[in-house]
Amino acid sequence: MARNLRLLGFLALIYASLSISGAAVIRPINEAHQSAALELFVPINGSFGSLEETYEALKTFQILGVEKGAEISHATCPVVVEKLGSSLSTSKDLFHALRVNSILGCQIDSRTFEDVASKLQALIKDANSLLDFHYAVGGLLYIKDQGINVILSDADGTFHSIKALSQSDGRWRYDSNSAESSTYAAGIALETIAGVVSLADRKLDQSKIGIVKNDIVKLFDSIKSYDDGTLYFDEKHVDASEYKGPLSTSASVVRGVTAFATVASGRLNIPSDKMLGLAKFFLSIGIPGSTKDLFNQIESLSCLKNNRVSIPLILSLPSTVLSLTSKDQLKVEVTTVFGSAAPPLTVSLVQAFHSDSKDTPVLENQELQFDSENTIHYLDIIPLKLDVGKYTLIFEISLHDPENVNTYATGGRTSLMSFVTGSIKIDKAEIGILESGAGGSETLQKLDLSRDSTLSLSANHLQKLRLSFQLITPLGHNFKPHQVFLKLRHETNVEHIFVMESSARQFKITLDFLGFVERFYYLSGKYKIELTVGDAAMENSFLRALGHIELDLPEPPEKAAHPPPQPVDPYLRFGPKQEISHIFRAPEKRPPKELSLAFLALTLLPFVGFLIGLMRLGVNLKGFPSSTVPAAFSMLFHAGIAAVLSLYVLFWLKLDLFTTLKALGFLGVLLVFVGHRTLSYHASTTAKLKSS
Amino acid sequence: MIPVHLHFEEIEKKLRMAKSTSSDAQMLIRSLRTAYAATPTNLKIIDLYVVYAIVTAVIQVVYMGVVGSFPFNSFLSGVLSCVGTAVLAVCLRIQVNKENKEFKDLPPERAYADFILCNLVLHLVIMNFLG
Repeated sequence: MARNLRLLGFLALIYASLSISGAAVIRPINEAHQSAALELFVPINGSFGSLEETYEALKTFQILGVEKGAEISHATCPVVVEKLGSSLSTSKDLFHALRVNSILGCQIDSRTFEDVASKLQALIKDANSLLDFHYAVGGLLYIKDQGINVILSDADGTFHSIKALSQSDGRWRYDSNSAESSTYAAGIALETIAGVVSLADRKLDQSKIGIVKNDIVKLFDSIKSYDDGTLYFDEKHVDASEYKGPLSTSASVVRGVTAFATVASGRLNIPSDKMLGLAKFFLSIGIPGSTKDLFNQIESLSCLKNNRVSIPLILSLPSTVLSLTSKDQLKVEVTTVFGSAAPPLTVSLVQAFHSDSKDTPVLENQELQFDSENTIHYLDIIPLKLDVGKYTLIFEISLHDPENVNTYATGGRTSLMSFVTGSIKIDKAEIGILESGAGGSETLQKLDLSRDSTLSLSANHLQKLRLSFQLITPLGHNFKPHQVFLKLRHETNVEHIFVMESSARQFKITLDFLGFVERFYYLSGKYKIELTVGDAAMENSFLRALGHIELDLPEPPEKAAHPPPQPVDPYLRFGPKQEISHIFRAPEKRPPKELSLAFLALTLLPFVGFLIGLMRLGVNLKGFPSSTVPAAFSMLFHAGIAAVLSLYVLFWLKLDLFTTLKALGFLGVLLVFVGHRTLSYHASTTAKLKSS
Repeated sequence: MIPVHLHFEEIEKKLRMAKSTSSDAQMLIRSLRTAYAATPTNLKIIDLYVVYAIVTAVIQVVYMGVVGSFPFNSFLSGVLSCVGTAVLAVCLRIQVNKENKEFKDLPPERAYADFILCNLVLHLVIMNFLG
């Protein structure tokens, strides 16, 4: 139960923190992006890798105002020169080389540029895929920037070829063979068409420009949105091979649309909210973690900064937490995406809602004052009598110059979240032990909750503990914090947590120990009392130790639950383990040596008796053969038997079975042979005696 | 009243019967002895050998009874060695006895060779089991 309460409190905290940042906090580009760029784009041996990556790095640094050209021109310029001079370079290589050169400014003579230009013009005539057009036209644009006079001879034809690849929903195909259309390709196509228009020798037909404008409007119809008002482009089908992700796709479209808007006469029919939504999308990413993402973000925002459709103005709060104690002012910043100054405007707080009452606004129509030194709009909130809590603030921007309305995208009403924090006063805190049953005498003592106390209470299971206090905001209202917990901890570290209920006027809890006897696992003894009061809007959240209570609970019955085992210090398992005492089998009792020796002698006695008996019977060796050969055989026979018996003795003493069997086999064969000879001789002599 | 002399007669009769039973037993033993003396010497040797083996076995059992059967395998091998060799000797006696019609055609040397061989095998096993 205690664990469930702890989990609940934790979940409440998580929910509270999530609801604050339901939208990502949007702030304009600042030095953090600069340092991120320096960290991500690290040159290895003086170069950033391929020419494409080099361009991404250089462009990002150029936009953020970091000077990096000198460092890497030494290693990269030779590559650029080589690519531009080589006849094997494809249009892609030339395009990237020219791009890098436009930033680095390598020493290349105009003859090389003219050669490359004529090569690219020839490539355009043969091109049939979108990317071929893109590289060639883009390359020619960069050459034109170098001062070489470049004119696209067949601008109409090129335009038609590119336009032929477009689809009815505003997307483009990569070439006539591919079936799938892509939003990313649309961005590339628009950029290429803009290049064609600016390279053409005479102005293109206005109807053609009008068709492209319609395509752009259709493309913007497919824009997607997140809940917090950010807008982005994504592909219709997530195809694994060609899929580039919303950031790359949106960046490509922004590049294309802003490039086209620059060269097209007349206005593009795109609502300013969509440009603002795109700008918010790029800013809501924060600081990307990869080089490509950072390049896409920075480059798109720089395209949006000065675009001819509408320039987004970002309204943001430098700090979302306002403290009543330190008399903070509500500060609002309105800047371009890169943090530079906006045109003259006024910010007004249209409505402010407290999280408790989402329907009735607490404030309405407050105009913010402008501090021109810090370019910040501010509002004093102390005279507004705002209480602590979470607020949803709705702002509106009104531009001073009516002509700017079409140039800038202010986004109508912007909704932002903010916290107002303050110091909560704790009043009328009382604690005491009551007798159970109504009408018990109340001996409550006053408690000072601004610091730890050292109370010493004692109670048995028939009594109740009562604690009550009031929480008052700086404006004098009752305050309901997220966490009001009372914790009782036993000496054995078993904890019990209780949530305090709040009535209209105060927080109180009455712990009736009779009902909690089983929950406390019948553990009597000293319990430490701790009170926790906390909230996000409360500047003086606290965890106070209130003292001890000596609880006298009855004895546990037999089937009572045991308290949960407390966690053991995890490092204890690296200490020495318990000593194991092995139990050995007790050795058998052996008889005393003398007794054994006595019986040994006794066992040998019958043998002596046997020999004596043999002598009494008159045993003799008369039957022993007298002639030599049979005698020898008989001797061998008896010797063989003696040898086998002594082999057995040796076997018992020290040999093992295998050697014994080997020797026995040898001796046995011998014995059998000899024995046969002896016994057959003996048998024949006996037979002779019988017959005679 | 029982007459005393009748009582006496009964007692005398009982004593005479006891005397005759004891004298009967004595006569039985005497006849056994004389019959035994008639057996050939080789059979007497074998009988002596059997008695020797059994006595050794009895002594071993008494020892075990005194000290407990701790190395039981040793006890078993010792007792079985004696009993086994006694059994083999009895077999030898049966085969060698001339009055035994069943083994008339078996030469005694052959029986003796069997006796030796079986004893050797028995004692190999005994030595292995002695431990």
